[in-house]
Amino acid sequence: MAEVKHDAASHAAAPLPWAEIFEWTQALLSGGFILTGAFFVIAGAIGILRMPDFYTRIHAAGMTDTMGAEFILLGLIIQSGFTQMSLKLLLIAFLLFVTSPTATHAIAHAAHLSGLKPKLGPYEAPQLDDIGKGGGK
Amino acid sequence: MASVVMVYICVVGAVGMLIGMALLLGRSIAGPTFYDRALAVNSFGTKAVLFLCLFSLIMGRQDGVDIAILYALMNFIATVAILKFFRYRALDTPLAQRPQRKKARGGRNG
Repeated sequence: MAEVKHDAASHAAAPLPWAEIFEWTQALLSGGFILTGAFFVIAGAIGILRMPDFYTRIHAAGMTDTMGAEFILLGLIIQSGFTQMSLKLLLIAFLLFVTSPTATHAIAHAAHLSGLKPKLGPYEAPQLDDIGKGGGK
Repeated sequence: MASVVMVYICVVGAVGMLIGMALLLGRSIAGPTFYDRALAVNSFGTKAVLFLCLFSLIMGRQDGVDIAILYALMNFIATVAILKFFRYRALDTPLAQRPQRKKARGGRNG
């Protein structure tokens, strides 16, 4: 695409290739958003796997899920431009923004009502052996 | 060139979603309590929605985004329904016990 643009443009004035600049800006912006979102999502997944207690796990899940999902969907919206697809992605972003904290709150409330106690006391890092048996009780 | 770079970045994001889903699958298998499993499955569903969006943009098809909308809705409803079922052992009960609360409030006021 770049060669075609260069041949078509006049050799003397050499105006700035605004279409290409816009394309690269779009690519870098959406790529940065997608990579940031993927980092947050993986960090949340590691937090869910490694945190010592249910209530700390729910903190790791609730924060990073919402934020990472919004970042990734924002990157995809920037990438797809003004199309029908970006409208659908905006709808998904809105739905996740509303329902993800609500579901997290529902899970935390149900656990609290059922009498699940948080793990208190000095912190000890979980070993890989007791991922299965570690946790609230 | 720029579109090729964007497709590669989307592939990286999709692989990241798959890694996150694998980690959450581990928690949902090994979770000590039921609520850990519910949390992990809910988060798994969110990551599946994001993976579907990334995948449909990689493939350049619009179908995946429609399925992702449906999955985002189904995920929330399924989480609330599972929580309600395991608390009341039936889906036919009201979520909050309103008469008791009203009685408690009236007693406090009077």
